[in-house]
Amino acid sequence: MRGQVQGVGFRPFVWQLARRLGLSGEVSNDAEGVLVLAAGPGLDAFERALREEAPPLARVDGVESVAAEVAGAGFRIVASGGPGAETRVTPDAASCADCVAEVFRGGRRAGYAFTNCTHCGPRYSILRGLPYDRAQTTMAGFAMCAACGAEYDDPADRRFHAQPIACPACGPRVWFEREGREVPGDAVALAAEVLARGGIVAVKGLGGFHLACDATDPMAVALLRERKRRPAKPFALMAPFGVVQAHTRVSAAEATLLADPAAPIVLLQKAGLALPEGLAPGQDALGWMLPYTPLHHLLCAAVDRPLVMTSGNLSGAPQAIGNGEAREMLAAFADGFVMHDRDIARRLDDSVERITPEGPMVLRRARGRVPGTLPLPEGFGGAPQVVAHGGQMKAAICLVKNGQALLGHHLGELDEALTWEAFLQADRDYAALFDHRPEVVAVDLHPEYRATQHGRARADREGLRLEEVQHHHAHLASCLAENGWPLDGGKVAGIILDGTGLGSDGTLWGGEVLLGDYRGFERRAWLTPAPLIGGDMAAREPWRNALVRLDQAGLSDWADEMFADKPLAMARMAAQRGVNAPLSSSAGRLFDAVAACLGICAEGQSYEGEAAMRLEALAAAAPEAGHPGHDFGIGDAGAGLRIDPSPMIRQLCEELGAGCAPGTIARRFHAGLARALAAPARALVETGEAKAVALTGGCFQNALLLDEALRALDGVPVLFHRKTPANDGGLALGQALVALARMESD
Amino acid sequence: LAHGGGGRAMRDLIEEVFTAVFKPDSGEDQARLMTSALQVPGARLAFTTDSYVVTPVEFPGGDIGKIAVCGTVNDLAVGGAVPLWLSASFIIEEGCEIALLRRLVASMAREAEAAGVRIVTGDTKVVEKGSCDTVFITTSGVGVIPPGCDLHAENIRPGDVAIVNGVLGDHGATILAARGDLALSAPLESDCRALGHLMQAVAGACPSLRAARDATRGGLASALNEMAEAAGVSVELDEAALPLRPEVKGMCEILGLDPLYLANEGALVLFVPEEEAEAALAAMRSDTAGQGAAVVGRAVDKGAVPVTMRSAFGGTRIVDMLVGEQLPRIC
Ligand SMILES: [Fe+3]
Ligand SMILES: [Mg+2]
Ligand SMILES: [Zn+2]
Ligand SMILES: [Zn+2]
Repeated sequence: MRGQVQGVGFRPFVWQLARRLGLSGEVSNDAEGVLVLAAGPGLDAFERALREEAPPLARVDGVESVAAEVAGAGFRIVASGGPGAETRVTPDAASCADCVAEVFRGGRRAGYAFTNCTHCGPRYSILRGLPYDRAQTTMAGFAMCAACGAEYDDPADRRFHAQPIACPACGPRVWFEREGREVPGDAVALAAEVLARGGIVAVKGLGGFHLACDATDPMAVALLRERKRRPAKPFALMAPFGVVQAHTRVSAAEATLLADPAAPIVLLQKAGLALPEGLAPGQDALGWMLPYTPLHHLLCAAVDRPLVMTSGNLSGAPQAIGNGEAREMLAAFADGFVMHDRDIARRLDDSVERITPEGPMVLRRARGRVPGTLPLPEGFGGAPQVVAHGGQMKAAICLVKNGQALLGHHLGELDEALTWEAFLQADRDYAALFDHRPEVVAVDLHPEYRATQHGRARADREGLRLEEVQHHHAHLASCLAENGWPLDGGKVAGIILDGTGLGSDGTLWGGEVLLGDYRGFERRAWLTPAPLIGGDMAAREPWRNALVRLDQAGLSDWADEMFADKPLAMARMAAQRGVNAPLSSSAGRLFDAVAACLGICAEGQSYEGEAAMRLEALAAAAPEAGHPGHDFGIGDAGAGLRIDPSPMIRQLCEELGAGCAPGTIARRFHAGLARALAAPARALVETGEAKAVALTGGCFQNALLLDEALRALDGVPVLFHRKTPANDGGLALGQALVALARMESD
Repeated sequence: LAHGGGGRAMRDLIEEVFTAVFKPDSGEDQARLMTSALQVPGARLAFTTDSYVVTPVEFPGGDIGKIAVCGTVNDLAVGGAVPLWLSASFIIEEGCEIALLRRLVASMAREAEAAGVRIVTGDTKVVEKGSCDTVFITTSGVGVIPPGCDLHAENIRPGDVAIVNGVLGDHGATILAARGDLALSAPLESDCRALGHLMQAVAGACPSLRAARDATRGGLASALNEMAEAAGVSVELDEAALPLRPEVKGMCEILGLDPLYLANEGALVLFVPEEEAEAALAAMRSDTAGQGAAVVGRAVDKGAVPVTMRSAFGGTRIVDMLVGEQLPRIC
């Protein structure tokens, strides 16, 4: 059996099943997965049950069966077979219902923060090396007591071979500390008391520290914002499901996602009991997660109200994971620390996901999802090992080995010094952990991406093949890969909307229709380029984008009025003379332009994507079914079509002038943009040049845009992202597959 | 072009415009130099050369002549040398106004006198229109490093503090504004100035002065990257401590430029042990070129990158060497 079948209680499950059905034989782990030898009556039922009743954390990708000789009676679990066995690691998993119940029941694990079993608990975050056994985890220093040892050795127990098994007698402990000194007493009760008084507590979690405060207390929320110097970026919340329901509208699909063993942050529409606006200013949704460790469960129960659980870091920096590091980094933020003595081996942020009308979508891939792997699509069999280094802003590394692609965890922005160190560490860590020896290094074309420089240097140093992959081609390939599109599946029309990426022609792209596959692409349509005044500064201050689009639309007088307090003369001159004002077809900056025209974040964004997220929220709240949206111009630009936003900008201003609600205008913009880009893509499918349309790039994390695009592409096969981020967090996967496809063609 | 022919017109030009002002001692083809400073045991000769190209050639706060003197004086000064003599070589575009040349030469003479150096030899060539832009100047400089003075980036130790002499980016911002591409009305002046006296004051006050660099093209960022790499340390800057004129800061914000990379013509950064920081600051502030002296960062144990900057809003950003033109990277 192949898939995620190791370290998830699969062997005891097989053992129990075989005993139930009266089979003889044995079960073991090997390099490819789990090997079962079974003899006796009802083998069909056995095989069916292997798939259907598999343990909660298992994922069976394939079962192969052949006739074999089975000797002896009885059924045994045998030790792993030789070198290379047990090389898979499962992601960390939220506490299972049995363990949570046990923590709140009397007994030897009553109130114990490190309760876990084979079906739940830490994995990747405590792992130091492979194979996955206790000695290779941060539990190595905790010798099992006799009672835990007995559970560990009993195949009938749900803790059989649960590597992080622990109890108060033998396992890690939790304490509360203030100013570097432990405060005697119950850590959870002490923390709850500080939280109830409106204080901020740093809580050591699974993949890092969180900063917690009472989410119902506007003062506490404001205090946390002030201390973290984070004016508007939404805070994540944590609460048991019943509490989440009181503040949101939760669909069945969202409830399922919340309860997933990955326990991601799920974006949920605000509804019911209101919470302070300061949690997520200007947003219609809040990010919620359920408690996912026993410590979280105990804390949530003691506080009995929703908690802000934001990563414990300086704004922009990676979160603290070590106790000493946390004391140093978070002393200025926290009124107390919930500490424990089980080390975090690797930093993992919380994953962020949402349910779109089309199903779950990963926005940020980290804890609970990594190091899950994706099987390579058909045609990539026998692929060599590849490492791909991803982008600059949402760095994530991808490894290819043994027919699987491992898209690493979200790292963040690489100009941040600590994040860069985390990137270098992750790069070494992935290589060592998975014994990865790449033949090929794949990087973005952009010479100033730190990841590109790193990959080039490595390829140079080690004499490896280097593949440079155009940014939007990588986006396209990542969408194809996650949808299992075969290597020879034919070309697709990719609608790729994002911030900026360096194009093959040296200009900056970001609103593209590419016709292509893994091997190559042609640029068939793009948004009319506009200057980015001040380069990256244009991404921080949306008014700059509004100015250039208004000027292009012949509405300079509108710009003069809307942004009268801005240095317009100098900005226009910079744009005209090309002083740090490169041209870009960026869709992200078009979102910023529209937002600024509607008075959203015109001055500046306090976090990346704020203007577009607020614009989406505003549009989503506007009832406007069936409106075709704004018009875009279509022009022949020789090598392709140029899609001109000017007519849209003129309509927008007319509507503004006529007193139309900003939400309605925002909605029409979404619909119009989707329609304008869908048209050339649809045409490529209809003429037979493309087999399907792929929607990718960070803008497609916007659920409304995705929805409008799907509507505009009704009747056409469409691929989009569910398991990997549509933004640059998924870039490395695409880079890896493009590199492989090129090698294949050589 | 007749002025370049080597005949009478040429000799007239040189005599009227150049030698009349610079007044070299000998009429021979080489300067003949004597100095007692060179006879001190352990003293070393410092020798440097640089070519100067700037558009426009005159700008608020200076001109290409002034830069040509100050730049070479500063290259000597940051090595601990007392600058003594300069050569000056001119490549002049056909059609360049004589009046402009006179102004440039006057400016050079003034600057040389203030810096205590003499322009002792030179050369002039006139080239066809389009072969150069108005005027290019090359200066070479000779100075003497007193015995015992040995400034080297390699001397920098973790814990040393980085000090700049004053506001950063004025020159780069002024040149951008002076090009007339931008509707700028900021009252900016280039910081172009000689730093010889200032360096001597600091060297006198700080026996353990480690090293100094002038932060010209590539700005403070490039100077610090070079120094950190050579020293095998990392440097942490403090954004809030960087001396910047509000006008420069404002212009950088609008144009999306980073003041750390803007060119300077009168800025230096030096490293001293922490206990000599106060003395260094006092010595710098005693000189007109050091009025805005400030501690901007410190050397630390070598980390993943040579230079980082703690931002005013928390977080620490990597300060790289400039690679090429900075293309946007935000996706
Ligand atoms: Fe992108
Ligand atoms: Mg030089
Ligand atoms: Zn469990
Ligand atoms: Zn125990």
